[in-house]
Amino acid sequence: MGVCVRSFFMTLQCVPEPVIEFRNVSYRLQDGGSRAKNLLENLNLAISRGETVVLLGRSGAGKTTALKLINRLVEPSGGEVLVEGKSTLDWDPIALRRRIGYVIQETGLFPHYTVAENVALVPRLERWSPERVERRVGELLTMVGLAPGDFRQRLPHELSGGQRQRVGLARALAADPAILLMDEPFGALDPLTRAEIRGEFQGLKKRLGKTIVIVTHDIHEAASLGTRIALMDAGRLTGVFSPREFLDSGQPVAAAFASQLRDLENLRGSGRLGNNGEE
Amino acid sequence: MSLVDFFLRHRVEILQSTGEHVWLVGVTMLFSIGIGVPLGVLVTRRPWLTKPILGGANIAETIPSLALFGFLLPIPWLGDRAGRLAVVALTLYALLPIIRNTSAGISSVDPAVREAARGMGMTDAQVLWKVELPLSLSTMIAGIRVATVLTIGIATIAAAVGAGGLGEFIFRGLAMVDNNLILAGAIPAALLALFADFLLGALERRLRPGSARAH
Repeated sequence: MGVCVRSFFMTLQCVPEPVIEFRNVSYRLQDGGSRAKNLLENLNLAISRGETVVLLGRSGAGKTTALKLINRLVEPSGGEVLVEGKSTLDWDPIALRRRIGYVIQETGLFPHYTVAENVALVPRLERWSPERVERRVGELLTMVGLAPGDFRQRLPHELSGGQRQRVGLARALAADPAILLMDEPFGALDPLTRAEIRGEFQGLKKRLGKTIVIVTHDIHEAASLGTRIALMDAGRLTGVFSPREFLDSGQPVAAAFASQLRDLENLRGSGRLGNNGEE
Repeated sequence: MSLVDFFLRHRVEILQSTGEHVWLVGVTMLFSIGIGVPLGVLVTRRPWLTKPILGGANIAETIPSLALFGFLLPIPWLGDRAGRLAVVALTLYALLPIIRNTSAGISSVDPAVREAARGMGMTDAQVLWKVELPLSLSTMIAGIRVATVLTIGIATIAAAVGAGGLGEFIFRGLAMVDNNLILAGAIPAALLALFADFLLGALERRLRPGSARAH
């Protein structure tokens, strides 16, 4: 897999074949009449196996639309999206989605299903044997830090926001998909829980070795989770950076995001936080 | 003669008429659920059908019931048997609350839940059967409850075309200016309505998402 070429110095350089690739993708929303709104324009982005790409941008930048193009919850108006080398339009959408884990901000847990049933959703759709499903649910709950004995039989409304998000993650990972899509996965949590779960997820991510695409408008999340940050603005990709490059970038939107981090540092420096000030 | 004496003396006839009434309402509900629920689902799938379907059911609802029975009487197959005619007319009345509540129940399912279901790779049929219908069940039952109570009341008018039921007593009592006779139809009908309302209300509460299955 992948394409290998001899470089100038005759060392073998392998460019891994992208797992997800956007080629000149645009998406227009037809609002009834002839007026069409461009939500995405000429998006080109290749994501390799094992990478974590963060789509960062303000609300309405087209991040979520880009994410939904990957599992074909929306279909491109122009260009094509390739998943494992095949256009999403050539995939059977059901088969495609079952190979891709999907986590959303509101979790979308089924309120009439127990935690165990929620997590078992995709394995059951894929007709795993009951014993295998049972075992997998136990594994996953443990992995996301929920004691299976305590949580299996609970209903979503009996969980805290952080616990719900953990179940949502376990559900997305259930059938061991190679790709994980996350739309503001920690967005609905309070800052402390959010930092805690983000930290755990960082560890989990390393062990899992999955290709992950995360949508967020939180620079902390982007900088700490992404191997690359794709910055989006008004339906366009304005640049792809490593976290380090991103913070030093002169690109105006990137700089605006990066300044949020610096603001916090400045507050600390000025003595308003930490040092002597107990707020 | 006191009312109690009257009821005791005519208990067999009253029970028989109540039986007829329950049969009439039961068959009507079977038909109206069988037609109304699929139509309610259809409305959520093809929004442009909302106006014609709900509009049609709305119009049926506004026709005075006595007139509706009269309108249907000359129709060949329908007019042949009073029971048939009554069930068709009553079904037309019962449809509106059932269609409306089915579509309202499905539309009120949390969009995030629906999106997650689709994103997990559920087919449209799986989303409907495993997610949308279970989650809108209590709203649907609420519609069926309204329709049932409504039907029990209107079914008394079916006696005007000879379909039997508790309306027989009421019409006879009106003609003979006999209050006991009227009450012999009205009281069982009212009790029937209260009973159905209570039963379906309990079912509705039990099926409300998140309330029943707590462990």
